[in-house]
Amino acid sequence: METMADAEPAKAKPRPIIRLGLFLISHSFIVSVACCAAGIFALLLLPILAKNTYISENALMPGSASPMLSNDDVSRARMFVNKVVSFDFKTDSSSIGIQDLVAQHITDLGGEVNFHRFLPQVNKFNPLHFFSSPDQGIAQENYTCSSYGINTVGFIRAPRGDGKEAIVLVTPYNSVKTSMGEALSLGIAYSIFSLLTRVTWLAKDIIWLAADSQHGEYAAVAAWLREYHTPSFDGSGRSLFESNASPTTGRKRPNDFLRAGTMAAALVIKVTDGSEKAERDVLNLYAEASNGQMPNLDLINVVNYLAVNGQRLRVKVEKLGSLLDSWWLRSLAELFHKLGTVARSLNPQWNFGISVAEYIEGSATLASSLYNQALGVPTGPHGVFRDYQVDSITMEISAKRVANYKNRPNELLLQGGRLVEGVIRSVNNLLEKFHQSFFLYLLTSPNKFVSVGVYMIPFALLVAPLPMVAASLFTDSTRRISGMGTKVASSPASSDIPAISFRSWRWLHAAKTVFIVHFWGAVVTLLPHFLSLVQDSSPLTNLLSWIILSAFTLLILQAILGSSFSLLHMNRTQGMEWTLLKSVTIAAACTGLCIMSVINFATAELGALMLVPMCLMTRPLMLDAKAKTLKSFIRAACNVVLIFLVFPPVAYYLWKGALVGLENARVGDFWNWVESLWTWNSATYIYMCMVHLPCWVLCVHTLLYPC
Amino acid sequence: MVRLRSILLFLLLFKCFGSIIAEEEDQIEQFSEALLLRPLPDRKVLAHFHFDSKVPPTRTHGSHHHLFPKSIYQLVHKFRVREMELSFTQGRWNYARWGGYDPISSRNAKPPGVELWATFDVPQHQVDASWRNLTHALSGLFCASINFLESSTAYSSPQWSFKSFATNIRYGTLPREAVCTENLTPWLKLLPCRDKAGLSALMDRPSIYRGFYHSQRLHLISNEFDLAAESSGMVLEQTLTVVLQPVTLGSGMTSSVGSIQQPSWSLSTLFGRKVSGRCVLSNASNVYVQLEPDLVSELKATSETQQQSDVGNLISEAWSDMSFEMSESAVRVIKEANGFLKESSLLYEFALENYSDSRPFDLEFRWKRPVTWSSQLAPLQARRFLMGSGNERGAIAISLKSVGISEYAKSSVNEEGRCLLRVDVFQVVPWYIKVYYHTLKVFLDERLHSLADVVERTNVSPSEDKVSPGLMEIALRLPCDVHSVILTLEFDKGFLHIDEYPPDANQGFDIPSALIRFPGIKTKMDLFEDKSACKSPILSKLQEESPVLWYTEVLLVPLTTPDFSMPYNVITITCTVFALYFGSLLNALRRRVDEEERLLKNKAAKPSGPIGVLLSKLSAKLRGKPLEPPPPSSSSKVSYKLILRVILVAGIAAAWQYFYG
Repeated sequence: METMADAEPAKAKPRPIIRLGLFLISHSFIVSVACCAAGIFALLLLPILAKNTYISENALMPGSASPMLSNDDVSRARMFVNKVVSFDFKTDSSSIGIQDLVAQHITDLGGEVNFHRFLPQVNKFNPLHFFSSPDQGIAQENYTCSSYGINTVGFIRAPRGDGKEAIVLVTPYNSVKTSMGEALSLGIAYSIFSLLTRVTWLAKDIIWLAADSQHGEYAAVAAWLREYHTPSFDGSGRSLFESNASPTTGRKRPNDFLRAGTMAAALVIKVTDGSEKAERDVLNLYAEASNGQMPNLDLINVVNYLAVNGQRLRVKVEKLGSLLDSWWLRSLAELFHKLGTVARSLNPQWNFGISVAEYIEGSATLASSLYNQALGVPTGPHGVFRDYQVDSITMEISAKRVANYKNRPNELLLQGGRLVEGVIRSVNNLLEKFHQSFFLYLLTSPNKFVSVGVYMIPFALLVAPLPMVAASLFTDSTRRISGMGTKVASSPASSDIPAISFRSWRWLHAAKTVFIVHFWGAVVTLLPHFLSLVQDSSPLTNLLSWIILSAFTLLILQAILGSSFSLLHMNRTQGMEWTLLKSVTIAAACTGLCIMSVINFATAELGALMLVPMCLMTRPLMLDAKAKTLKSFIRAACNVVLIFLVFPPVAYYLWKGALVGLENARVGDFWNWVESLWTWNSATYIYMCMVHLPCWVLCVHTLLYPC
Repeated sequence: MVRLRSILLFLLLFKCFGSIIAEEEDQIEQFSEALLLRPLPDRKVLAHFHFDSKVPPTRTHGSHHHLFPKSIYQLVHKFRVREMELSFTQGRWNYARWGGYDPISSRNAKPPGVELWATFDVPQHQVDASWRNLTHALSGLFCASINFLESSTAYSSPQWSFKSFATNIRYGTLPREAVCTENLTPWLKLLPCRDKAGLSALMDRPSIYRGFYHSQRLHLISNEFDLAAESSGMVLEQTLTVVLQPVTLGSGMTSSVGSIQQPSWSLSTLFGRKVSGRCVLSNASNVYVQLEPDLVSELKATSETQQQSDVGNLISEAWSDMSFEMSESAVRVIKEANGFLKESSLLYEFALENYSDSRPFDLEFRWKRPVTWSSQLAPLQARRFLMGSGNERGAIAISLKSVGISEYAKSSVNEEGRCLLRVDVFQVVPWYIKVYYHTLKVFLDERLHSLADVVERTNVSPSEDKVSPGLMEIALRLPCDVHSVILTLEFDKGFLHIDEYPPDANQGFDIPSALIRFPGIKTKMDLFEDKSACKSPILSKLQEESPVLWYTEVLLVPLTTPDFSMPYNVITITCTVFALYFGSLLNALRRRVDEEERLLKNKAAKPSGPIGVLLSKLSAKLRGKPLEPPPPSSSSKVSYKLILRVILVAGIAAAWQYFYG
């Protein structure tokens, strides 16, 4: 730039903003290093920047009414739990007995009830329907009678409401073998139900879905929601039910599918056996739905507020256990703590210090929150509701009292019941649907969150160097090539311009290579669909065949479309093709990451962490080998290590190893993981195959570039 | 007496056939009140107040009234209303439990919120103006936002599905209107005794608003302006229908046998008040207790001493004494003489004339044994729901399910040996729900049928954006043995302009209730009674034939809403975009490269003041050039330009402020 400015002093100076851009491009190395470092640093800073949650919607008014759930309801619920627990599954071979029991209790309370029979739908990867809305698909396989799931759905119609909205309570239980925890969750829902049939303040209808989870909790809830929202009126699928439905009890089963308006919120209630040593009962919250969608933060706030202040429960969100005792995090926490104390000693107003334990807990929760969102797989049956734009959350009461339930039975039911009652009452107060608070956030603890405005900073910092480096590489290579051109042709300035313009289209060859590789990525995305058509193969063989097929298709594609190699040979003399290739690769990676950040931010964030250093670092090994300096050696080593680490299976096994230990990780696990990604329609799968993998291949290509 | 009877007979005939019958005129204004109580199968009690005011035509009677409310009279005269009905409803009528076939439910079960329809006796082109004026007048009269029905997007003119033989009809609903005591008070003011005496004194506000269903209705008929017909004056019918839950001690759910012990109730436990006598201005003041046909048969069946009963000795029969008792003795018992139903309902009549302050009327109804029964249901159970999710599109589905009673089939149309049931569907959809009427699908018994087989007649007027709602009227002809009928209609969700959003837009938008009408099936009670008793308007109303109606649920459609809480962001980003655009545009227009060069050279030759030095230093920094030694000359030209520029900007700002501020 300087030389150009000197050479042509007569020309008008470019505008300052352009000059700033040129300056950044010319110093792209320092800028990119600084940006990447700042991005990672900002990510580590997020637990400190987290804000306390607050209830944004005033209409919620949590805890403003004293709970009405009485001991009467609870003792009735206890009798119900005892009936469920002592239910003899052997005598009722039809396996519909427990649904009848639940339904009988609902009708006795004055609610309406219906049964919903469903076939467990096998999640199948269909690449053509990837982002489409959940459709009604009817399983074609012949199921035996026992493989039906039967959901029991109870309704309370709000006495003075107009029935436009409803609140859903979900209690998954296994109808074949109901555990104590499931029975207790049914009991909690029953106590709420019996209370709500009597109250006068109800403005929204209540739906109690006792989901039959013998084929999985998610499948049961999903089947019911599908029938609720997209029923099929053609009788083709239903005749199966009618023929097999033989009511053993002789009583008329209410089979009409009942509905109750638009859903305002859904609560999934679970009870699990907690550890004995916890001094208080723990409430675990699960909120992540598919593709990193979260329920409105207000819902979490209300549950958290009521659980902590009303019921004295300890609220937890999932955290990454392995991070809790990692030395580097601890030392980082200590560093931040020291910085905070120093800052406070300078000025008492600077109160950004955070205690060591708090920081570690916060980062572990944040990491788990990021991971779960990035995975794009819902963490429970609440995830189905989000697909229908319903805010929902799973409340898992992990009680130490489940074990000694016999001794103090009422306490757990009362506590859980009052919590749920409070949440329902708050949601019932709502006139509008949840919209006040955040939808895009990461949790660092149940009462602390990082909003989108803050957590996008690390991503922006990570991604910012990519276009800069791409531009810098591009200008670099064009200048060199044109320099060569001028040297060779030694032509005057007049004929210089067409030559440059001709040569500046050179990047199209690189773009072609990049395009071919990305196209190959699309093919790789579709391959598992065909692999899954082949029945009965182990994960390992599937994985291996996937990899082999992928490599094979890459070779074929290059043979057919890839005249790039011939081009490489032609231009080898110039030796600068790799910079163009790298530049286009980086541009493609940047585009991919930015698009992904719109679809699933957490995936893009984690992807950028891996992809950005690799893309920026790559450089042909030959060049480094020729240089034979310590610097080049280190750079080559770094490149190789990065390439190795970022290869998706390796990254997965390392992650798995960090979580559960490497000795437990099997080779086939990766296939299972990928399978879970596509069956859950996670966009992460698409990202991995169509952005991450092609970039990785291109980087390998650049590394092995013959110079 | 004879006169009265003939008047009633006349009214009855008039309404049935719409024919013109000249009769002798009665010159007296009349007012009557009645209360009908009916125990419901799900442990609740229906209370139906019925007030009826009649005024003879103005031609013979003049325009001075003693009983008839003046405001209504003036309303009718000003807007030339022929017939009008206004209802305020809270809660949903539970058709499955409280019945959908009897006259009371098909007349008084109304959609939630406000429903208003009126027919006018004006030329076609004046109807809309009359309607608009009427809505405003009613809005003021009843303290409700009925005036929102003024907008042409809020009302429609059904042709035949809502009401047969009606022209110049306008229909509008406000599903979200909250109903409370402020609407009841003006309604009570129309009564001659208000709520100070008579049956309306029972209307203790907390009690009636605690109920499960609450619908106050005002129905007005006048043929004052019908020049061809002999005028019969105006009839104002005011009803209040409430469903109350009697307070019971202990919540005994089920008895050991399984049948439910019904709660006993009295007027004082239901309403917290007693009736201390009739409204002295009323001609008739009666209380009725109705037992539904199924209940009567159930009671008879369970009674051991069941006899083949005839009408005469009903009161003395043992079955009624065994099952329940009432604290007051009925003046008479009216039995329904129904042709095809197995059993018929019973009406116990109590006259309030016999009661006074010293001896208030407090009817107590006490059950002696548990009993279960079910109400008379409409032939098809209608439900309506939304399908699909997301902010883009969806579908409305109306499902009709047979209750499996074949008795109605007998009464329905028989032609060519096939039993066919006619069902009219009337649906109004706001314009922002863009319904594609060609996507109408009809599923009979879970099989897709072609429309030509099922649909007899349709009338569709598609919605026009921001002008009129969509209106759909369909007449279906269904085979009587059909089990389930499902109609689906697909729609796109529209966008509203930002100032068209109502308050609380994030709640979603309502689709008003659809009306399912069974024109072939008429409901009425053929009361078997002595002729002298036909003086009570409520009884004559019950004997009137009316089609069975069913209002479906209101639907809530979530639409996309802008983020109203962020106007600041919008303003900021708009201003930034404007500033960038105008800045660069002005810059490009103003810049002259040659002149700048010359200026620079001039500047090099001239010295400048301290400000000039600073400016040139700054500009040199910005331009990335080493600072040239400041030329020693005055910068009068530069500062003039600067001042000019500042003045220009200030002037633009002032003009902007003046025109847009």
